[in-house]
Amino acid sequence: MGKRMGMEVAMAVAEAVGLCNIDMAAVYPITPQSHIAEHLSDLVANGEIDAEFVTVESEHSAMSAVIGASGTGARSYTATSSQGLMLMHELLPIASAMRLPICMAIANRAVSGPLNILNDHTDIMPQRDSGWISMFVENGQEAIDMSIIAFKIAEHKDVMLPVNINIDGFQLTHMVEPFEMPTQEEVNQFLPPFVPHATLHPAKPVTMGAFAMSDYFAEIMKAKDEALKNSKKVILDVWDDWAKIFGRTYKPVETYMADDAEILMLTMGSMGETAQVAIDELRAKGIKAGLVKLRLWRPFPLEEIKAVLKNTKKLIVTDRAISFGGPGGPVFSEIKSALYAEAQRPLIYNYIYGLGGRDVPVPDFVGMFEKVLADTAGKLADSYEFWGVRE
Amino acid sequence: MNIVENFDLFAPRLINKKELLSSGHRACSGCAEVLAVRLMAKALGENTVIASATGCMEIVSSMFPTTAWEVPWIHVAFENTAAVASGVEAGLKALRKKGRIDDRYVKVVGMAGDGGTMDIGFQALSGAMERGHDMLFVCFDNEAYMNTGIQRSSGTPMGASTTTAPAGKVSIGQKTWKKNMPEILVAHAIPYVATACPSYPLDFIRKIEKAKSIKGPSYIHCFSVCPTGWRSPSNMAIATGRLAVETGVFPLFEVENGHYHLSPDMPKKLRPIKDYFKGQGRFRHLTADDIEMIQKKVTAEFNKLKEKAKFLKTGNE
Repeated sequence: MGKRMGMEVAMAVAEAVGLCNIDMAAVYPITPQSHIAEHLSDLVANGEIDAEFVTVESEHSAMSAVIGASGTGARSYTATSSQGLMLMHELLPIASAMRLPICMAIANRAVSGPLNILNDHTDIMPQRDSGWISMFVENGQEAIDMSIIAFKIAEHKDVMLPVNINIDGFQLTHMVEPFEMPTQEEVNQFLPPFVPHATLHPAKPVTMGAFAMSDYFAEIMKAKDEALKNSKKVILDVWDDWAKIFGRTYKPVETYMADDAEILMLTMGSMGETAQVAIDELRAKGIKAGLVKLRLWRPFPLEEIKAVLKNTKKLIVTDRAISFGGPGGPVFSEIKSALYAEAQRPLIYNYIYGLGGRDVPVPDFVGMFEKVLADTAGKLADSYEFWGVRE
Repeated sequence: MNIVENFDLFAPRLINKKELLSSGHRACSGCAEVLAVRLMAKALGENTVIASATGCMEIVSSMFPTTAWEVPWIHVAFENTAAVASGVEAGLKALRKKGRIDDRYVKVVGMAGDGGTMDIGFQALSGAMERGHDMLFVCFDNEAYMNTGIQRSSGTPMGASTTTAPAGKVSIGQKTWKKNMPEILVAHAIPYVATACPSYPLDFIRKIEKAKSIKGPSYIHCFSVCPTGWRSPSNMAIATGRLAVETGVFPLFEVENGHYHLSPDMPKKLRPIKDYFKGQGRFRHLTADDIEMIQKKVTAEFNKLKEKAKFLKTGNE
């Protein structure tokens, strides 16, 4: 059994990464990721992590350096937020195309402008199509667990793809939470050493990052899509491995009071816990409300989503980002598209909320349910609304 | 002369006969840059990992599914070569320390063109040099964005006509002086900075070997004649490089721990720059006054360099 303790989540994430025998980390400071970077550097400075710690001059160079290091076969880690992630954007599809199992924490933060340092999902959503495995966590325990699990998934020989773990900035990263920290022995038992399939070393020279024109490019894109889709099987297996050692079970789509629900809400990240309290209040009033939490964003869990939504009459999709001038929030669009071909599908509502760190307390979630329940004619379905925003 | 006549006798002592950038790459005929890259690879030898920027040398050598590289080689993007090389160096260091790879010394080398070094790659290079990675960075400077079609860079010399700084009725072409990249690297206080040109192959090889022997950051700025972009005859690339050196347009020198030395191939007396300009279409439009204006700058810069060599030479502190 791991050790019960309390700590700030960002620091706990660094501690968890420290249990993974990483070889190299490259980081550039940005709020609210900084505590991960600072605590990692403390661990390296105290000899608790035997790794090269490269304090680069930008996030672009952070991602470039972990790509270079991962190319040598070194277990490589970085963490960022918001503008830093946007600066890395160019390199994310290169990392996945090169099949480098880099792991990255994203302390999710609003993208400028205007400049804002607080939490939403506008930083990760533009990275959706970069070919990374992408998952969200809801609390400190999940952040710790996924930070370790990420390496095993990324480095699996049938995956070999980079992984990002989305941890809501401040609302999660800066909370002091109680959790169980795995022991080194448990992590050693769970996480095998990284065995790369090709490395940058003169013992066997390879060319990485070759130039491909129209005669090969499309095939390479298809191969990457198949690799990402096929990774789901490994993700499920690795979560099973985790459950066997640690007793905590993870699924691509998790539910709360959803089995008999007539109205469901879908959340991602830390908002799930607040929404859960709202569900309890609604249930106490006799309303059959339930919650769906989307943990795995890429590869998108199409089958699981269809299965959990098949009986509901109304679905509220919440988004912490917006596709400007588009059909609504990015999660809303994906869920709608996933259900389009289903014979029986719910009315789908979209609330865009919690932007730039705007607080969304329990009564707001209750309010969303009440508004959708009152819409008996379904007039508000298939459109989006900014929740709690002044006109 | 004896060296050429007795090449097979002398060559093995002067140069690694093994080709590490193999033939069959797609560079233009007369490309002095690819010659420089080939010589660099020979001088570095097999225990090398190269990180390359996007550019001519990258696309001509790595057309999937083929490669011209016989040493480990990685290309990621345009502006980040020095950062990629930083990561390679850090990764190899960690793995060697942990005994996961064999214990041999491997030199990490970053290479980029003038755009990938002096413009878009400038920040990553400055960061890597400041952090002190054990890395050689070589700028293959052909004085414009040749891969995209001869657009001006901060390495383009005053008066050169390019596709984004064309000579016209009211323009002499490039209106700015070439950025002095070697001096900027000297300001990073790294152990070794040198300029070189494949028209002086033995000098170039010697400098690469010296940089290889240094455990820490080093920088070589390699003048790389581009017949396609400079509109000069492809059979004159080597001669054109020699003229750049003989006129002082591109002086050959080394700076070791802050101490300046002019390279042995530098002539005592410089030729006039018009000798260098006349073989190149990019300078054809320049008037006698324009050339005079540039000549003054070249002379002044060379005099400054000579002063540095005089007062900042080894043993003269």
